[in-house]
Amino acid sequence: MRMPEPDRAILARRAEIARALNAIVPGEGVIVEEDELRAYESDGLTAYRQLPMIAVLPETTDQVSAILKYCHENGVKLVPRGAGTSLSGGALPLADGVLLGMGKFKRILDVDFENRCAVVQPGVTNLGVTKAVEHAGFYYAPDPSSQIACTIGGNVAENSGGVHCLKYGLTANNVLGVEAVLIDGTVLRLGGKHLDAEAYDLLGLLTGSEGLLAVVTEVTVRLLRAPETARAILLGFPTSEQGGDCVAAIIGAGIVPGGMEMMDKPAIHAAEAFVNAGYPLDVEALLIVELDGPQVEVDLLVAQVTEIAAANGAVTSRASDSEAERQVFWAGRKAAFPAIGRISPDYYCMDGTIPRHKLPLVLRRMREMSETYGLRVANVFHAGDGNLHPLILYDANEPGELERAEEFGAEILKLCVEVGGVLTGEHGVGVEKRDLMETMFSDADLKQQQRVKCAFDPDSLLNPGKMFPVLHRCVELGRVHVHGGKVPFPDLPRF
Amino acid sequence: MASLKPETSEQALEAVAWALAEETPLEVIGRGSKRALGRPVQAGNNIELSALSGITLYEPEELVLSARAGTPLAEIESALAAKNQMLAFEPADLGPLLGGAAGAGSIGGVLACNLAGPRRIKVGAARDHFLGAHAVSGRGEVFKIGGRVVKNVTGYDLCKLLAGSYGTLAAMTDVTVKVLPAPEKTRTVLFHGLDDAAAVKAMSRALQSSHEVSGAAHMPAALTGGSAVSYVAKAGGAVTAIRVEGPGPSVEHRAAALRRDLADVAESEELHSVNSAKLWTELRDVAAFVKDSSRVIWRISIPPAAGAEVVARIALGEDTRHFFDWGGGLIWLALPASDALAFEARHAAVRAALKDCGGHATLIRAPEDLRARVPVFQPQEEGLAALTARVKNSFDPRRILNPGRIYAGV
Repeated sequence: MRMPEPDRAILARRAEIARALNAIVPGEGVIVEEDELRAYESDGLTAYRQLPMIAVLPETTDQVSAILKYCHENGVKLVPRGAGTSLSGGALPLADGVLLGMGKFKRILDVDFENRCAVVQPGVTNLGVTKAVEHAGFYYAPDPSSQIACTIGGNVAENSGGVHCLKYGLTANNVLGVEAVLIDGTVLRLGGKHLDAEAYDLLGLLTGSEGLLAVVTEVTVRLLRAPETARAILLGFPTSEQGGDCVAAIIGAGIVPGGMEMMDKPAIHAAEAFVNAGYPLDVEALLIVELDGPQVEVDLLVAQVTEIAAANGAVTSRASDSEAERQVFWAGRKAAFPAIGRISPDYYCMDGTIPRHKLPLVLRRMREMSETYGLRVANVFHAGDGNLHPLILYDANEPGELERAEEFGAEILKLCVEVGGVLTGEHGVGVEKRDLMETMFSDADLKQQQRVKCAFDPDSLLNPGKMFPVLHRCVELGRVHVHGGKVPFPDLPRF
Repeated sequence: MASLKPETSEQALEAVAWALAEETPLEVIGRGSKRALGRPVQAGNNIELSALSGITLYEPEELVLSARAGTPLAEIESALAAKNQMLAFEPADLGPLLGGAAGAGSIGGVLACNLAGPRRIKVGAARDHFLGAHAVSGRGEVFKIGGRVVKNVTGYDLCKLLAGSYGTLAAMTDVTVKVLPAPEKTRTVLFHGLDDAAAVKAMSRALQSSHEVSGAAHMPAALTGGSAVSYVAKAGGAVTAIRVEGPGPSVEHRAAALRRDLADVAESEELHSVNSAKLWTELRDVAAFVKDSSRVIWRISIPPAAGAEVVARIALGEDTRHFFDWGGGLIWLALPASDALAFEARHAAVRAALKDCGGHATLIRAPEDLRARVPVFQPQEEGLAALTARVKNSFDPRRILNPGRIYAGV
């Protein structure tokens, strides 16, 4: 993966830049020692490592604003970072860039049950929000699997999802407002405790912009009342086709489950060996369907789903009768990644979305690729919304295996696009899928996206080298090409 | 003035490229049902997308639908209804309110105005269901955004930008939306006789419950008499309506639970599915304010708990009418017709009422000359206004598409 060439002139000014940052964030908030910088060299995409030039850990919005303004005026690149759990390299540092760590923004500022929202600083963890409100029966809906560690700021940057997003939405659907700082130091408030933006929905745009447009310093999230109850059903199918058909039939019947997860045989076996969740080992596909809401509705839907599953050939069918049993059903799925970690020295987690009915085709092609590349693959799948997480098993100590795994992963994502899907459902583009963007978007599509970037960050100082395979200069992108001037389609009906 | 009515995406591109070359702005129209919404546009020519019509993909089990941007909303809603599905954000039909016919809007227009009805509080707005589009920018270039799957974070979410952009960034030719199953049954609990403050509190309690409320509205006594739902019309006082949707036994259970939980608030009764549908359509389409077309209409989005206070602060006298949706977070306000001077004073009063609580007020209906006198949309602070103009530049630097529709110079 090629990153932008480090700017020697900036590197030569390192000591001066550190002094200037220290004037903004006094004391230990500026890090220059190599052994301390080491903590920031990588994020959840551990195959890539790079020491930042300097790390700075501000504590106030004013400091963030002053840092961005200084970097803007001095042409210094910045990489924002939350907890560093990105799986796409979104927080990968730059050799000539300042790493902006938002970890000190840890306060919950306001819990407002009347308006059903909370105002938090971006360094609060995802689970931290729920912990702060669960005493009153509320929770924050998006639940990425890294929720113990990942921060709300990072969730906004990546538009994070989780197993419940088919019913409750991604981060974008659960954030009401932000305070954000632009690269020139301007502090903006977008949204608030009310619904929807006037004019351009810049809040919606910032959500999922992967730290390329602005730095978020405060977030207002929507709080939901925890459902009255939840039950899970464990369903095993002899073929992945039948599992897929069952998912389609459930949704076709008008049921939107709180969660609907599928695992293939290798994933089932790895998970069962790890946590003994009681998963059937003789099935090709395992489906966990969770129904949540009022007790009377949940019981009704559990019966309906069980019936639909039987009609679609389920050979295992068990509905949880207690909260403990529900947790056991989930234990295997939730431990799927570490379970794969036990059977392989390394694994590479992919994240494409496909139209769900293409699942059998995609799984078949993946098996063929697995043969070709000589690498095993296990699949966990947010079945309700078609979001695939193939885990490619490899050994980084074997020369060439990482490269093979990456090539295999890229082939899978290209296949997702080919069947009408997308490169990433919830992990983001980052550096990981940057060079695949052209398989999904034309040059014109990408240029329009970059023009939006230019509106926020004309010198491309915020997180450069992520998301876009080719960096165009804003001046060049801004040119308007006027064609012709002839009267359009003279045969056109006019009125 | 030329009115261009492209029949293909290529023709739409040609039309915008021509306008760009002529340096003559275009008014962008879907089917024209909401032309009176927003600031008056100074455009030499029109581009109307109604000939780009038809559903191009509908996969109920994948929860997606794609259509040409000019497809009538009614056509989409009936195709969805045939499969027991819906646009869950419950788009309002503002046609009659704006002096036109009912059922005349297009899917592109709904998305471009980010219209959402009472179910907004539970499932989100149009923006939350907008998955992808093909469009022609004001630079005379075709581009694609998003995709056709319900979960996608690849690249910037430009669908969010186009939703609510009122045609000022691009002319959409094709759109893809997320659709959802329609609820099997609906019940509405009506609480009688509450004043604004008590109603907002009651709605807040209902929304904080685990009963999955999908609508919470309050009509003061002055409006209930005009309802087509007899239970509301005969109430003889204010009515607060709380809606639950889902399988039969579930809605029955939850409606009963709501009545129990809020028994200390007021007397209550229940509407079943048919009457519920009628009532929520009335609220969605602001039917209460359609008749007296001389009234000036505002739509105000605020933190829900502040609803009653904001109305009290506006305090424009006895001839003012209002009702609440979104549990108090949305105020529909109808002011009596007036001369320009009084109109401007009332505009100032509405803006001032929002000062400390956050939110935005939009002038939805007023004569064109009055709409040109005051900001129609919430005025922006300097930094936000500058960024808004730069975003406009990135799509439409020559101000070809709907210039000035939302803000002067944008």
